[in-house]
Amino acid sequence: MRELLELLEHDARRPVSELASMLHRSEYEVDQQIQQLEKDKVILNYSTLINWEKFGDDTVTSIIEVNVTPQREVGFDAIAERIYRFDEVRTVYLMSGSFDLLVIIEGKSLRDVANFVAMRLSTIEGVTTTRSHFMLKPYKKDGVIINDKERDHRLVVSP
Amino acid sequence: MNWENCISPAVNSIAPSGIRKFFDIAAEMDDVISLGVGEPDFVTPWSIRESCVYGLEQGYTSYTANRGLMELRQEIVQLHKNRYNLDYSAAQDVLVTVGVSEGLDLAMRAIIAPGDEVLIPEPCYVSYKACVILAGGVPVAVPAKIENEFRITPAELEEYLTPKTKALLIGYPNNPTGAVMRRADLLAIADFAEKQDLIVISDEIYGDLTYGNEEHICFAALPHMKDRTILLNGFSKAYAMTGWRIGYALANPIVIAAMTKVHQYTMLCAPITAQVAAIEALRHGEKYMKKMVSEYDKRRHLIYDGLTKIGFECFEPKGAFYIFPSVRSIGYSSELFAEELLMSERIALVPGNAFGDCGEGYVRCSYATSISNISEALARIENFVKHHKK
Repeated sequence: MRELLELLEHDARRPVSELASMLHRSEYEVDQQIQQLEKDKVILNYSTLINWEKFGDDTVTSIIEVNVTPQREVGFDAIAERIYRFDEVRTVYLMSGSFDLLVIIEGKSLRDVANFVAMRLSTIEGVTTTRSHFMLKPYKKDGVIINDKERDHRLVVSP
Repeated sequence: MNWENCISPAVNSIAPSGIRKFFDIAAEMDDVISLGVGEPDFVTPWSIRESCVYGLEQGYTSYTANRGLMELRQEIVQLHKNRYNLDYSAAQDVLVTVGVSEGLDLAMRAIIAPGDEVLIPEPCYVSYKACVILAGGVPVAVPAKIENEFRITPAELEEYLTPKTKALLIGYPNNPTGAVMRRADLLAIADFAEKQDLIVISDEIYGDLTYGNEEHICFAALPHMKDRTILLNGFSKAYAMTGWRIGYALANPIVIAAMTKVHQYTMLCAPITAQVAAIEALRHGEKYMKKMVSEYDKRRHLIYDGLTKIGFECFEPKGAFYIFPSVRSIGYSSELFAEELLMSERIALVPGNAFGDCGEGYVRCSYATSISNISEALARIENFVKHHKK
């Protein structure tokens, strides 16, 4: 099961026939397992890692450290939910250390992101401070090197 | 000057590698998918490369002891203690070599007297025969059979035994067939070697690359075999370090001393950069190696399934990263198949006869290439067979 998940995580477009072959199992079995994993929400979705900059989009990504006052009974969860429900918010993590929530936001412009932080995020009840950092250049994302210059230098045929 | 007459008879007597011709043709072509590469498609894990860069920054640019850095020899000894419970001495029983290729050459030069015969199960790696000839010996090919999953038996070896037989040279997991020898198979060989008092040179470069339930058996770790065995291994395949040229030999101190003598006057020592990297590989490289092995295993299933479905008679490889389908069943000789497939479908592979006469009728496909390349290659091979079956 782990192997199947690792293969899908690496390339979700692999046909079931190929997966079955690699895992030495029947197509039916693999297909059933995938369906079950989807049903159990172990597999959440199938997404594509895109280099938007190369495509020509100039989006702005901001990483925001947020301090909040946790609430009785629900702790950080209620505030986190109020934050992650916004479409602008890509990622929310509860953190150990000097701040509580790490929030990653994507916007079309600096003003867009600034507006969101000022008008939406910092005004949420329980949010005490925010510190925004703007991402300048991505090098590696989800295990993939963005501009990998390594090439295959092997000879075409060798003993 | 007539150089034709000046070349040594020993060199003249060995044929250039059969792989060369295909390399020259394939290298000129665009969009070739190569299943002909005898090395990992991974680059060396970053931690190993980074340790070499750090070593250079720290000034590791000198010669080392002829036998190699003591730290590396100790790591090698420790590995064999942990894995096979073998006791070698880092001071006396280890020689760090420039890949297994050098180790093999040294072993042959150290033991062979003119005319000594060396039994070599075939198909096998291309340099076995040549190394024996260059050392003044006589290679004696012992054909392995597909019916026996390309394993060799004492009865088969016995057929080729003469009073001049001095050594047996084996390489399992095997390049080009992907065959492995199980414990029982090797015990029988060990028994034969003991009875006939043969030296055994065991090339275990693919030892880390076994799949499914197959466990690599180190020949030196079999009962009474340590003293009789020259164990050759290296870092090229398991750690994707082919270009570093680093390997080692483990054996009785007398033969290691003899090999060291040749090594010190020819090579002096293995490159220090590679030795530094090899230390890192042994200390921290196992997890990267295991990841690569699990990747090869998936590709192995894919290519075996694919070739079998197309209709090739094919032995399921248990080690290394090669598969050795028969092309005879579709009416081809090794070379003709390799040539026509390259020309019409742009797939490079290696004709089986490059690995010995009994490799005729087979081709070697390496699955050390990406899944997408394997899938595309299988599709092209299927297309070829559909239109060219004889």
